[in-house]
Amino acid sequence: MTASPRGSGLVAAPRVRFARTDRARGPLPCPFAGIRRRGAAPNGGDDAMNLLRHLALRLITTLATLFGLLVICLALLHAVPGGPFDQEKLAPPEVQAALAARYRLDQPFWVQVGDYVAAATRGDLGPSFQYSDYSVQELIAAAAPITLTLGALAVLLSLSLAVPLACWLATRRRGLQLASLASLLALALPKFVLAPLLVLLFALTLGWLPAAGFAWDAPQTFVLPVLSLALPQFAVLLRALSENLRAALDSPPAIAAAARGYSQARVVWRHALPLALTQTLGFLGPVLIALLSGSAIVEMVFGIPGLGRYLVSAALNRDYTLLIGAVLTVALIVACVNLVIDLLQYLIDPRVRN
Amino acid sequence: MRRWTIALGLALAALLSSAAAGALTLQRGNGPEPDSLDPQRAQGLSAQQVLRDLFEGLMRDDADGQLVPGAAQRVAVDAGGLRYVFTLRADGRYADGSKVTAADFVYSFERALDPATAAPSAAMLAPIAGAAQRLRGESAPLGVRAIDEHTLEIRLDAPRSDFLRRLALPIAMPVQRGAIEAHGSGFTRPGRLIGNGAYVLKQWTPQAWLELERNPHYRNAATVAIDSVRFHVTEDASSELKRFEAGELHLTETLPPGQLARLRAAHAAELVVAPAYATFYLGYNLRNPKLDSAALREALSLAIDREILVKHITGNGELPAYALIPEVAAGAPQMAAAGWTPRQRQQRARQLYLGAGFDPDEPLLIELRYNTSLANRRLGLAVAAMWQEVLGIDTRLRNEEWKVFVQTRRAGVITEVFRGGWFADYADPLNFLEPFTVGNTLNAVGYADPRFDALVARAAASAGADREQALHGAEQRLLDADALIPLFHYSSKHLVSRKLCGFHAHPLDHHPSEFLRFCEASR
Repeated sequence: MTASPRGSGLVAAPRVRFARTDRARGPLPCPFAGIRRRGAAPNGGDDAMNLLRHLALRLITTLATLFGLLVICLALLHAVPGGPFDQEKLAPPEVQAALAARYRLDQPFWVQVGDYVAAATRGDLGPSFQYSDYSVQELIAAAAPITLTLGALAVLLSLSLAVPLACWLATRRRGLQLASLASLLALALPKFVLAPLLVLLFALTLGWLPAAGFAWDAPQTFVLPVLSLALPQFAVLLRALSENLRAALDSPPAIAAAARGYSQARVVWRHALPLALTQTLGFLGPVLIALLSGSAIVEMVFGIPGLGRYLVSAALNRDYTLLIGAVLTVALIVACVNLVIDLLQYLIDPRVRN
Repeated sequence: MRRWTIALGLALAALLSSAAAGALTLQRGNGPEPDSLDPQRAQGLSAQQVLRDLFEGLMRDDADGQLVPGAAQRVAVDAGGLRYVFTLRADGRYADGSKVTAADFVYSFERALDPATAAPSAAMLAPIAGAAQRLRGESAPLGVRAIDEHTLEIRLDAPRSDFLRRLALPIAMPVQRGAIEAHGSGFTRPGRLIGNGAYVLKQWTPQAWLELERNPHYRNAATVAIDSVRFHVTEDASSELKRFEAGELHLTETLPPGQLARLRAAHAAELVVAPAYATFYLGYNLRNPKLDSAALREALSLAIDREILVKHITGNGELPAYALIPEVAAGAPQMAAAGWTPRQRQQRARQLYLGAGFDPDEPLLIELRYNTSLANRRLGLAVAAMWQEVLGIDTRLRNEEWKVFVQTRRAGVITEVFRGGWFADYADPLNFLEPFTVGNTLNAVGYADPRFDALVARAAASAGADREQALHGAEQRLLDADALIPLFHYSSKHLVSRKLCGFHAHPLDHHPSEFLRFCEASR
């Protein structure tokens, strides 16, 4: 045992495993490295089978969820009062009938569901009701990459701010309280207040950045939306990371490292942070979901042609096809993100595998 | 490290170089995303604004908002207003250089009236002979005929005094048969959408912007001053204002509520606020026995102080309304109370209310229904407070999402008092009055007065002084019956950059880009 007797005596089984790999690897008790070595252990075949089974199960549940969502969405849209063609100026009955036929609303409910599934498997999500010049897949194909890019940038930004700050705070006496306070303040500023404030400061007062608009070839249009999206996520991550870091600093590897006389910074960055990050990984799922579902406000304020807006406007316009398409796309993205996070955890953390 | 610093500096420099590079592109706010750029299918105001740049109908508005021949050079009306003969301009060209022919108009009208096209405003063409049958899916001969390449004949079932105005609407704009047959509903994409207007669609990023560039084949191309125009989707008026203030827009679509005083101070030279041809009113559901009493309806109307509403509640340049149709000429009908003081109105309201047998100790409960919006809620609260103060009436405010609201309002079963409002499709009083005739799907009030209907029909069929008299008579009957409470006439409101010249207020808010230009100093 290279770890201190006190540590190995107090911790639970997985942490003992740490200690063993530490010995196998040498004097550096790095949890990441140790876990990766376990991944290459001789029982890798079983792991692969487990993984495949896990993936297959995931695929089935995802498809079932999507189907359930489709049925629920369509049923809700049919159930709410007010249809897609209820306008102030009512079109003549024959025109309404032609519209209903074009969007297959004259068919029985389950035929509509069946038709939708059949068309969707061919990649056809139908024509939009509100924007009749476009098919839903065209609208989503244009909007989803924007929302995803901004969301990913926001996650990266919030991580790159939260990680150093959390590490710095971890070495301070009242670090945890400070982190809570900071995240509370950041959370207390809703996006519909934050975004206009940012515009006021950076676009109107300083004139550095555009007030709104979006273009792929104009990165300056990304800055304010990403900032507005990132701040609340930064708050969530900072808090989660700080708490996990605190716990990690009390864990045997960190205590062992500290006992060996490594500097405080090294203990935090090399020993505690990797452990805290693996635990924080679980938070990334909800963070990404919040980014997708909460993007509507930011997209509205900055005039960004993203997916979040469709979730709101399509529901209000009773744009059946666009709403279902957007909901299913978001659901699919969420499922994929969760799957990736699961896989990462699976690769990193041996406890998940068993 | 050095290299990184340089790279970072370059990136920052690229970031900060403002997007104002293409200075000669007109950047205009345009409200929500256009629902369609198919002239026959588009419905929204934002789509129509773009379509007026892309296409030109037989008739159109000129720079002063007067109705003039557009794609047609002249029009002759004969047979007692039943036959219109349009002579098309010899130099009428589409953006691809091909000629605009009478056959294109025949095709476009037939397309608009085919139920399969599902044109939402097809009813605008209903006066044409055979149109009503076509809309019902029957194969009747249509009264639109190409006499030769440049001569188009349109026959009507009955004379219509507002028919030419209707021909300026997008529904009557010419589309090319070939493009539609080749691309179906996708024919409106850049590169495929070929119109005969001053501009042609170059790029379209849904929910962000549409870019138009000058159509070199346009018949009046020499007078078009601005080479390219970008219509920005600006759903949020506050964001639009910030974009204007940041110098990213030359022209806004509207103003956010409650900011007029500040804007008057900060942007006096750029603010253009003018009366619009539109009215906000509260409608009574006349089919509801609760509102049978004409005295009650009049009392409710008199108890509302419209001056206070437009000054403190809406506050965006609206005008108090005592008539349905915004005042154009002297002698137009008005409520008798228009000239009274607020005190006189309140006294009369109380008198009517008590006279009708209502007991102030057992307050009436009235429901006021409106579509969900902050502005409507503020207005509803103010009206409820006035009714409470003057008459002691309790009001229950009910808000419904738009799609639900229009359905409830049209059904007219549970509604009592409801939000009404009308933005005219074209500048004609008939467009305001027809929604109150029997059988009109917009008649949510349930107003049924054969004499009113007869007057409207007379106005539709006649011209000159006779028409004027019939219009006034009809409106006066509607006001005298207290079928609705006119509250205010909307305003059209824009911020116009000092760099932009040629912008004039227009009661229907039509602002074709071809009449705008960058002022000499800023070029």
